[in-house]
Amino acid sequence: MRVGVVTFPGTLDDVDAQRAVRYADGEAVPLWHGDHDLQGVDAVIVPGGFSYGDYLRAGAIARFAPVMREVVEAANKGMPVLGICNGFQVLTEAHLLPGALTRNHKLHFVCRDQWLRVENTSTAWTTRYDRDAEILVPLKSGEGGYQADDDTLKQLEDEHRVVFRYVGENPNGSRNDIAGITNARGNVVGLMPHPEHAVDALTGPTDDGLGMFLSLLDTVVKA
Amino acid sequence: MARVVVDVMPKPEILDPQGQAVANALPRLGFDGVTAVRQGKHFELEVADDVDDATLAKIAESFLANPVIEDWTVRRVEA
Repeated sequence: MRVGVVTFPGTLDDVDAQRAVRYADGEAVPLWHGDHDLQGVDAVIVPGGFSYGDYLRAGAIARFAPVMREVVEAANKGMPVLGICNGFQVLTEAHLLPGALTRNHKLHFVCRDQWLRVENTSTAWTTRYDRDAEILVPLKSGEGGYQADDDTLKQLEDEHRVVFRYVGENPNGSRNDIAGITNARGNVVGLMPHPEHAVDALTGPTDDGLGMFLSLLDTVVKA
Repeated sequence: MARVVVDVMPKPEILDPQGQAVANALPRLGFDGVTAVRQGKHFELEVADDVDDATLAKIAESFLANPVIEDWTVRRVEA
């Protein structure tokens, strides 16, 4: 399994995402923002950080990076794509996922270990979890409030496309406590919390995040 | 050359915590009577004369604003 990990200027979590891929016995392939080349990977992770300094809006400029054209094209053909934190923001700006991420409702940058409930276990990235399993992974973001209009929210709920929901107090004002969503096909997933920081109990709060990368392994092997 | 102003504002139904924080700070500074603040972005573009309104609208809608959460206006002003 070869998994591309995109690096933009200002990306921070590409190295941890690459490590998570290796923990799932995959080969991590660094993808540079300026290249029109996915190097034949089986899946792509758009990791967290502050691409282009969050100028204009988080993810707004990264969306136009050369590599993103290839990512969007591949995602639309069914390639598994995961956006974490800033990567989630990039995927919404690129219209691969609906809605938008806005400033946390209390304006504080939130950095803590966060419980999530896994509500959709049929996406390319979540088959290893039990439905309604609760997992503990780090959340660290200042603009993590998920916003979408009522019709979009209803569609997401009706189609069971809310993949992760915050458990307990809503950390950032996300509508319907949404932490992560998927597209209609289930190959593209975006979430604000960081599963790649929770793949080993030595370096994270748990290894609960590893299931996402192992799920991808199953998806790629089956394909 | 022409000067074009693009104003981008959070949609009315979208929570604007920054604007609320500004509004909450005003009474503490001794300014009373301001009941609400909304915070947005103001862009000043210097554009060639042959850039038409449709192009300007496209710039605003596809890049300067995110129509999911923001409204925008474009107007030409005297430089």
